Amino acid sequence: MKTVKVFGPGCARCETTAAMVRDAAARLGLEVTVEKVTDPKSIALAGVMSTPGIAIDGTLVHAGGLPRPEAIERWLQA
Amino acid sequence: MTAATETAHRRPSVPDWIWHLAVAGGVVAWWLIYRQLLPLAEWLTAQLPVARDSHTGEAVAFFLYDVPKVMLLLALIVFAMAVVRSFFSPEKTRALLSGKREGVGNVLSASLGILTPFCSCSAVPLFIGFVSAGVPLGVTFSFLIAAPMVNEVALVLLFALVGWQVALTYLAFGLGIAVVAGWVIGKLRLEGWLQDWVRDIHTGANAPGPVAGPALRLVDRYAQGIAAVREIFGKVWRWIVLGIGIGALIHGYVPEDLMARIMGADAWWSVPAAVLLGVPMYTNAAGVIPIVEALLGKGAALGTVLAFMMSVIALSLPEMIILKQVLTVRLLAVFVGVVACDILAVGFLFNLIF
Repeated sequence: MKTVKVFGPGCARCETTAAMVRDAAARLGLEVTVEKVTDPKSIALAGVMSTPGIAIDGTLVHAGGLPRPEAIERWLQA
Repeated sequence: MTAATETAHRRPSVPDWIWHLAVAGGVVAWWLIYRQLLPLAEWLTAQLPVARDSHTGEAVAFFLYDVPKVMLLLALIVFAMAVVRSFFSPEKTRALLSGKREGVGNVLSASLGILTPFCSCSAVPLFIGFVSAGVPLGVTFSFLIAAPMVNEVALVLLFALVGWQVALTYLAFGLGIAVVAGWVIGKLRLEGWLQDWVRDIHTGANAPGPVAGPALRLVDRYAQGIAAVREIFGKVWRWIVLGIGIGALIHGYVPEDLMARIMGADAWWSVPAAVLLGVPMYTNAAGVIPIVEALLGKGAALGTVLAFMMSVIALSLPEMIILKQVLTVRLLAVFVGVVACDILAVGFLFNLIF
């Protein structure tokens, strides 16, 4: 099972991103744990400079702006 | 996954040339519509049961012409800027600024602040990302001041409602303030006034960013442009309508010299008052500029009005609360003080010159 971390201070886009990840996982029939990281220090240490950021199993795959749904599916399947 | 299957995987149906054609067609259609706006607004106003030269007629014509004009200009510029910004990223900007000397670094930083994609909710991670990678504190501040203040929404609105001279002036002085304020903060050597935990993070200039995805094609950049237009419109359209509505009322009803008395160049206190008034106000450029335009039309001094606008956008209470996470109160106070002084200087200077 993959662990997905969504980095962001809790703005609307970060919420949307977390929901998009869950949707994508549901479409693919994958089980994932989505964890939201809102603490600024942890966000910075993960190397995220613009939010929302997404890390999958510890690898940062996205930072800044809403990701595209196709991209999320690709990351989840990789 | 190889690059070839990657490309095939995305957007399989529409070939690239159709996208290029659609964008070109869109620009031509935009131009044709834009040229017809004034006659259309006049015609619409004439259909209404109000006299064209009455207060109401004046306000209605203003509203019917300005709302579509601003919307069209915004759509075009926001799209273009999003395409341009897709060539930049905070990671690239950080690499460019890391270890730069003050002075040159401040100018470069303020300019990149305009071109790098930035949202104010990312201010804290971006700040840490810059400082911990060896971007000097003052250079980082130049970026953080320029990025929200000099934005295309503010510039488009100034251009559309007030004129290109004022828009250009705002661009120049917004950049100037970002450079000077950042330079001053850098000279003060206040690195010790960061919150302790921020000082302790050292990632180096090549800190890992997100792993690179497949290279963007022009078509992907168009898609980003369209997404940006959609987002801006979802966010700001009601502010624009509201702002222009208030502007129209001021335009039609407020007596000619009222504003000249309150916000004119003769009252020395008008500039500091405008800056103070701007701090608690938190609206984006879209809401404030139509009001600015109407005030100018009624004789408010340009310097006072610009100071008000810059204060509303650059010194907002919510942003200070966000920055408080990384700056000590002392450093935050210095930041606000330096920026406020610069805005005051711009206000006074303008009232003197114009």
